[in-house]
Formats: sequence, C-alpha cells, structure tokens
Amino acid sequence: MAGTAVLGRLKWEVADVVEIVPETPRVKRIVFEVPGWAGHRAGQHVDIRLTAEDGYRAERSYSIASAPDGTRIEIAVERLDDGEVSPYLTDELRPGDQIELRGPVGGYFVWEPTEGGPLLLVAGGSGIAPLMAMIRLRAAARSDVETRLLCSSRSWAEIVYRRELDQLSGDGLTVAHTLTRTQPRGWTGYTRRVDREMLAEVAQAPDESPLVYVCGPTPFVEAVATALVDLGHEARLIKTERFGATGA
Amino acid sequence: MSLISRGFRGRRADGDPARVPPGQYLTPDFPVLSAGPTPHTPLERWDFSIVGEIDEPRRWTWEEFQALPSEEVTVDIHCVTKWSKLDTVWRGVSVDTLLNEVETSAEYVVEFADGGYTTNLPLEDVTGGKACVAFEYDGGPLEPEHGGPARMLVPHLYFWKSAKWVRGLRLLATDEPGFWEVNGYHNYGDPWREQRYWGD
Repeated sequence: MAGTAVLGRLKWEVADVVEIVPETPRVKRIVFEVPGWAGHRAGQHVDIRLTAEDGYRAERSYSIASAPDGTRIEIAVERLDDGEVSPYLTDELRPGDQIELRGPVGGYFVWEPTEGGPLLLVAGGSGIAPLMAMIRLRAAARSDVETRLLCSSRSWAEIVYRRELDQLSGDGLTVAHTLTRTQPRGWTGYTRRVDREMLAEVAQAPDESPLVYVCGPTPFVEAVATALVDLGHEARLIKTERFGATGA
Repeated sequence: MSLISRGFRGRRADGDPARVPPGQYLTPDFPVLSAGPTPHTPLERWDFSIVGEIDEPRRWTWEEFQALPSEEVTVDIHCVTKWSKLDTVWRGVSVDTLLNEVETSAEYVVEFADGGYTTNLPLEDVTGGKACVAFEYDGGPLEPEHGGPARMLVPHLYFWKSAKWVRGLRLLATDEPGFWEVNGYHNYGDPWREQRYWGD
C-alpha cells in the first residue's frame, strides 16, 4: 500500500530515465523507471540528487505528476535560468541515463478517491504537477468526484499538460484557464491573475465544502488561499504547496 | 558509492561550505512554505501561553509580551525543502525568559500555532539559549507570510520546527509528534545529520 511506503527508511534508489518530452517551451516531462518503487499517493513528491565527479551533491524536490502506476513515475521540470538542478534535468539528461532519487515524501498535500470531494484545484504554471497526479488518479479510478481546475499560465503555449487536460475534461472535470501575459487571437477566457472574482465564478460555493488544493509560486498561492478564505471557504479545507522562484 | 551524474558540475555554495548542511543550497531570498492559508490574527486578540505540565498556565497579551526583555540574534536557518539562508537577523523573547517563572517536570514541548499547526521537540532543544519567540525580522515587524506577528525560532533544527504564527508552548511528560512529524517528516530534524524524513 502506497501510504505505508514512507514508513521505512527512504533509501536513495537508482532510477532509469525512460522518456523526456518537451511539454512547453520551458517545461519538460521526465519519466523514470524506479525498480522497487512501492507506489505513491497523488500529491506526494520525490527528492532528486545529482552528484558531480568530485563528490559535490545537489538535491531538490519535485512533485510527482503521474498517478500511481507500477514502477514508473513522471515529474514536470520547469527550467529556471539561474537554477542549479533544473537546467541539468531539462538540458543535459538523456533517456537511458540513471539518476538517484528517493521518495515518496509528504502525507498532507495528498488526495485519494476515497476522500471524495468535490475537488477544487488551482494551479500556477508548473504547479499543476501534483494536481495532475490527482486528476490522472481520478480518471484511472473512474471516480465521478466533481472536480474543477483553474490553471493560470502566461500564455497558451505555456499551459502545462494542456492537451491531456483537454482529453480528460468532461465526466465531472471542468477546466478553466487564465492567460496572464499573452492570449491567442479570439481568446475569450480570463486574461488576468487569479483573483477573488475569478475564484467566485470558477469555484464551487463555500457551502459545498470543496477540498481545495493550491500549488504554484509563493505569491500566487498566498493570493489564491487568502481570496478563498475571504470568499468563505474554510481554511482547514485549503491545502497549499508552494515553490520559490529561485535555485530549484 | 553514489552514482555520478554525467556532465553535472553544480553551482557550489557561494558562502562558507562549512555552514551549509548536507543536501542544502544557499539562497539570498526568503522562500515561504506552509501547508495552508496564512492566518491574520489581530494583535488585540493575540496572546502567548504556556500550558500543560505546569502548576499555573502562563499567558501574555501582545502588550505584555512586548514588555518582556528581548534580544537580537543572528542565525543561519535551514529548511527541509533544501534551502538555507545565512546570517538572518531576528528579535524575539528567549524561551528561557518565558520559562523562567515556570516549574515543570516536562521533558517535551509542542509548539502550537494559529491555523492548527503543531511541532514537537525535546524541551532541552528550546532552553539554554537555543530558541526564542521572534517578532522582528531584519529590523522590521515579522510579515504574516513569514509567521508574523510572532513565530518560534529554533535555528539548530530544520525550519519546520520553528512554528509560524505561534501562540504557545504545551509542556509534556511524553513526546507527541506534531503536524509534519505524523506526515512523513523526521521526529527530531537535525539538518547536520540530514534528518528529513521518517527513518533518516
């Protein structure tokens, strides 16, 4: 059972890079085969460790974007120009390479179909990753939990997992996008940062008590979580995951 | 013997490597990590209390708390999400000052905070000058997203042991794992021994 995987010591394991696919101009999907992977829960993350020839090491955490699926896991890596680890993962790493990782980690920002819903997922950029794991798990489990996803991206081309989200929409999953910098010709969707009015339109009413998961850069998560509390959503139902803009 | 990452050089720490625990990197920024929305408790409703294994629970209002002797400390902080920040400057009230008037047989403590967050430590890890309740950062009031109006500061442990929005300490005879400690994170959290997760 995935939930017990974290009980023992989380050992560093050698994973094989199976697939690296550009998802947007700045984000790549990387699929690993991890022999002995004991499974994970949607929303958890892994730690990745790089070691230079002289023994210098760097570690970073990445949310798992895939639903539990045997010994395969997928992460979505956004290339940060001043980053230490992400440019290596997006530019240097090749299928067939090996990498050290350990996980799964984290027992709070997680969702299981048995928890029900409704679900409200709010993603800023590559913050979609752990929410994608939930959306994929929901589909794989044929869950009919009413789910709304609000995705904030800079442009149409930078929507992470856009095609797959299009395919998974329907069957109780509604996807809304806001494009904050540039929009394609004829765009009729939102064109501004997520705010209280947008959340009031997209989200379930507070008295439906949706389980809320918000992931993105810190200012995004601060703004969204505060607006949701202002709208009357209970703070205890709002789970947040944040990433800093530096160093990752 | 660990795997060499072909072609990886790394950026290396631009500060003193001896001050950076294993697996950490230095950041000039102050990233924010928390599990839920930021609480905003008005100062007139804020208090700090010490409860649990003591004869008489103690409680300070914001005004009373501000009147306690405070100290400025400069410390390095280490977050379990891998960033470390050197030479951060805080002002706060030492836990020794708060416990000065308290008789207790407790050996453990749980920090409790607005929003329901808790974290547990041995009592000896917050005494002897090792911890304070901080209300200023870098010469100004502590911002809400960084835990203001006041947060714990226990810099020798990973930073989740320094509860934001702290409202008090519960003194306990036995250990009682807190929020992250029941969610996969290490019970003690020493960054120099890289005690990030259960079993580390």
